[in-house]
Amino acid sequence: MSNVPANLKYAQSHEWVRLETDGSVTVGITEHAQELLGDMVYVELPDAGRTLTAGKECAVVESVKAASDVYAPIAGEVIAVNDAVTGAPDIVNKDPYGEGWLFRLKPADTAELDKLLDAAGYERVVAEEGH
Amino acid sequence: MPNHTPLYDVHVALGARMVDFAGWEMPIHYGSQIGEHHAVRRDAGMFDVSHMGIVDLQGARVRDFLRYLLANDVARLREQGKALYTCMLNDSGGVIDDLIVYYMGDTWYRIVVNAGTRARDLAWFRRHGASFGVAIEERDDLAMLAVQGPNARAKVHAVLGERAEEARTLVRFAAVDVGQDMFIARTGYTGEDGYEIMLSADDVEDLWHRLQATGIAPCGLGARDTLRLEAGMALYGQDMDEDTSPLEAGLAWTVAFEPADRDFVGRTALDALRAAGGLRELVGLVLEDKGVLRAHQRVMTEGGEGEITSGSFSPTLGCAIALARVPAGAGGACQVEVRGRLLAARIVKPPFVRDGRAIIAL
Repeated sequence: MSNVPANLKYAQSHEWVRLETDGSVTVGITEHAQELLGDMVYVELPDAGRTLTAGKECAVVESVKAASDVYAPIAGEVIAVNDAVTGAPDIVNKDPYGEGWLFRLKPADTAELDKLLDAAGYERVVAEEGH
Repeated sequence: MPNHTPLYDVHVALGARMVDFAGWEMPIHYGSQIGEHHAVRRDAGMFDVSHMGIVDLQGARVRDFLRYLLANDVARLREQGKALYTCMLNDSGGVIDDLIVYYMGDTWYRIVVNAGTRARDLAWFRRHGASFGVAIEERDDLAMLAVQGPNARAKVHAVLGERAEEARTLVRFAAVDVGQDMFIARTGYTGEDGYEIMLSADDVEDLWHRLQATGIAPCGLGARDTLRLEAGMALYGQDMDEDTSPLEAGLAWTVAFEPADRDFVGRTALDALRAAGGLRELVGLVLEDKGVLRAHQRVMTEGGEGEITSGSFSPTLGCAIALARVPAGAGGACQVEVRGRLLAARIVKPPFVRDGRAIIAL
């Protein structure tokens, strides 16, 4: 079983979300997602300033094996993107919850976070996929 | 139920990520596909390829049969053990399979076929083989390992000792039957030197562990795919299939049109295709923008539109590469449509990498 930190929220589509103290949220893909994809070789992130719609694709991560869309877990405006991972995509494999974050949002409505899964809920999603 | 090779439990114990491949549950990687790729280019790696089909064909007229069945001409094989890469065509000139045939004697040839086409191949052998009185035996009792890389042969020699004595002097693309059901071929699908070893399924686990003990890296199908792509080798089902002739799959060199009086399955159709002209060709692409090339992306060339048949990231070159079918004569700069955007690419002649070195200018 891969690592699913208890302090994060999760989307069914394998993104994690962390509410920061300044009210912004950080988004990345889960350890399970990077494991499924394998060695990352390309990351395409949204431009800062772009407004994202919840559930819509907003970024792309590509491994040697396949390309995978990243979906906006909640609506909001992109206020920062992680240029380090576009330069060195393997950071997403090495540290998906830390240095491998993808972008930061100013949420349109912080209450949307409540619709996301908690760690236990996401663990069930991963377990069901295995069957 | 998926099929399992005799090494299935070994792969699982090594923590491999298993995927379905043509009905076989196979390792795609054991942790890092790119790491495994580099191991083969720089040192040595080994692949379980026991899902591939090994077929022995025997009989007094087996040579006549294969000269009729295969698009390449087994009469080119004059020395015992020599191998030939060839397509087996349908009546329309489409590729039923690409395969390697080993000449083991005037009444014995061994063929290695793809896992995904195995049943169709066998049916085709039987359909055409009956009138030649050829005995067709599928060697399900054998397993196969591909050990590839600049240090692969030396490591195999060290492990096998005297049993590998006859292998040491093999030229490239030749094989030797060393007895007790062990068959060593200096062939592969990576662009590196190395061996493909066929042996009793009962013995393969022991050999795997002994090879691993010398530092040979277990490698999955993921690395196998990027290695063969860098080597410019076509993959059945992607770069060619029953609707594509070898003439449009970069495999015209494997079709023996001479001698002109040799009839083979698909010849009439290929002659007509050649006469009609306008054939597309399989070329290499190097992506100059950032991104990754994938199968089925559209390619825009000066001579018209084409399509990527195989694409990925090249670990050796550090950029995306592809094989693409484009209008004949296309060259130089082109564009590839990736998620609605046009990216700059360049048409090159494969292979991209051979014997550990980039052989196209970046």
